[in-house]
Amino acid sequence: MVASPVRRITVRVLTYLGLAIGLVYAAFPVLWMFLSSIKSNTEIFSLPPTVLPREFTLAAYDAIFADPEKVRFFINSYLVASAVTVVTLLVAILSAYSFSRYRFRFKKTLNLFIIATQTVPPITLLIPFFGLVVALHLYNTYFALILTYMVFTLPYAILMMTGYFNTLPRELDEAVKVDGGTSGYVLWKVLVPISVPGIVATGVYTFLLAWNEFLFALTLTKTTDMRTVPIGIQLLMGQHAYEWNQMMAMSMLGSLPILILYLIAQRYFLAGMTAGSVKS
Amino acid sequence: MSARSQTKPVHTMTTLKVREGFAPYLYQAPTAVLMAVLLLFPIITVVRYSLFDNVITNKHPVFVGLANYFNILTNEVFWTSLFNTLFFTVFSVVFHLIIGLGFALLLNSKVVNSIVKGLLRVFYIMPWVFTVTIIAIIWRLLLDPSGVVNYVLEALNVTNTRPEWLSSTELALFALTFVNIWAGYPFYMVSLLAGLQGIPTELYEAAEIDGANEAQKFWSITIPQLSPIILSIAMLDFIWTMQVFPLVWMTTGGGPIHATEVLGTFTYKQAFASYQFSVASACAVIILVISLCMAFFYVKHQKVRD
Repeated sequence: MVASPVRRITVRVLTYLGLAIGLVYAAFPVLWMFLSSIKSNTEIFSLPPTVLPREFTLAAYDAIFADPEKVRFFINSYLVASAVTVVTLLVAILSAYSFSRYRFRFKKTLNLFIIATQTVPPITLLIPFFGLVVALHLYNTYFALILTYMVFTLPYAILMMTGYFNTLPRELDEAVKVDGGTSGYVLWKVLVPISVPGIVATGVYTFLLAWNEFLFALTLTKTTDMRTVPIGIQLLMGQHAYEWNQMMAMSMLGSLPILILYLIAQRYFLAGMTAGSVKS
Repeated sequence: MSARSQTKPVHTMTTLKVREGFAPYLYQAPTAVLMAVLLLFPIITVVRYSLFDNVITNKHPVFVGLANYFNILTNEVFWTSLFNTLFFTVFSVVFHLIIGLGFALLLNSKVVNSIVKGLLRVFYIMPWVFTVTIIAIIWRLLLDPSGVVNYVLEALNVTNTRPEWLSSTELALFALTFVNIWAGYPFYMVSLLAGLQGIPTELYEAAEIDGANEAQKFWSITIPQLSPIILSIAMLDFIWTMQVFPLVWMTTGGGPIHATEVLGTFTYKQAFASYQFSVASACAVIILVISLCMAFFYVKHQKVRD
């Protein structure tokens, strides 16, 4: 069946129209955030609204960098997210190695348990976590966040790393084992060095999850100097409800690490995104 | 371990076998300990809390059976929250699917240059990259009564009443659902695009020989081929969306007058605003049970796919 030229052109026009509408829908809010962060506060609500700033200003960014309280939010977020990423990767690599290379009792049960963990609501865990963290004298510390974040980063990391190890040929470790290498040797000296792409993908995704967390950070920390970026933004919204340019600048800075990771490691993000729904 | 193996590479067969027998369990040990402390123990604790009175605030809580559940189920706000949560979730899931599939089909279109598609894909995934708090704040600015959304609507002559999207009891829930739809469709788009690329082209070629038109191809090849993926992401999305908290907390806080109260904010307020930890625990258990029912079907579906 040969499509007529008229129909072909119509299909083409409609497709491009759809893509353009999609672009506006997806990107306009983000663009607006950026543009608002470099406008003055009065210009943000001027009528009619300006798209490009009449007068370009970095005052909002200066205000944030000049305030040690706000800079602290970023330091906290970087510290917590980095620590969570390192610990998660270590634990997940061990577990994934076991899932990928061994047959053992309860393997299926444990695997199902890990898949099911993704569905446990954080709000259900919050109240016992609060009790646990207070009892362990970890309330309002980094450790409270690092420990509790593991509950949602670990299942993902294990599924992603198991998937990656499964793509590596078993003959590789069999050969090393025949030469007398222990399983630890196989893991750290053979598998891990060639799994760098998988580890990066898992690490990037873990960092993202930890960076974005809100509920536990809201509840398990208390003083302003222990708050992470998402909570910092909320505090800012309460304190200076009308300083929209500062809030937008803070949001830009808060998205920056993720945005950079996303732009340079796009396919790793996609790997993390589909890890939950695609077969493990 | 690796350092030791280099200095002492020779093992007798028996020690090696014993060590290998334990190895998988040893490697799972840190995970098992963490999952016990962070998952099993908290779940047991929250169930126990829900059966006692005045936990956390009182050192000697009293066993009250199901009184906390009774308390919740007779609370009108709980039912409002449940209804709002379901409304929010069902509409989010349906529109995530429609928009996600639409974008996936556009990005899979043969008439568009692949560099353009690659570039657009970067932008289409954008909403998913941002933290919920940032999404909340962006949309608070956009949806402000004197914000740009109302300006555009006025310019297009849709409305000139300057609706207060997030602070009107009639509109707030719709507005929040709209924002959540924007924030969540990329997850579907990415999964469905991968699914579309995995459909064998022979299927379409065979259908063309039989004279099928585009609509027939879509409904009898594309959709059936994608349905396992659709089912699994929709179930996950349903579970996750039901747990919504930060978006509501950061935009409306559940208000005005419970108009956007969801199970998450309701539970949180019971615990950390009213210090009714027992009642909050009962509510948390109810949310868990709903999630686990969904999770049961999800895990079952995943097993079937394997």
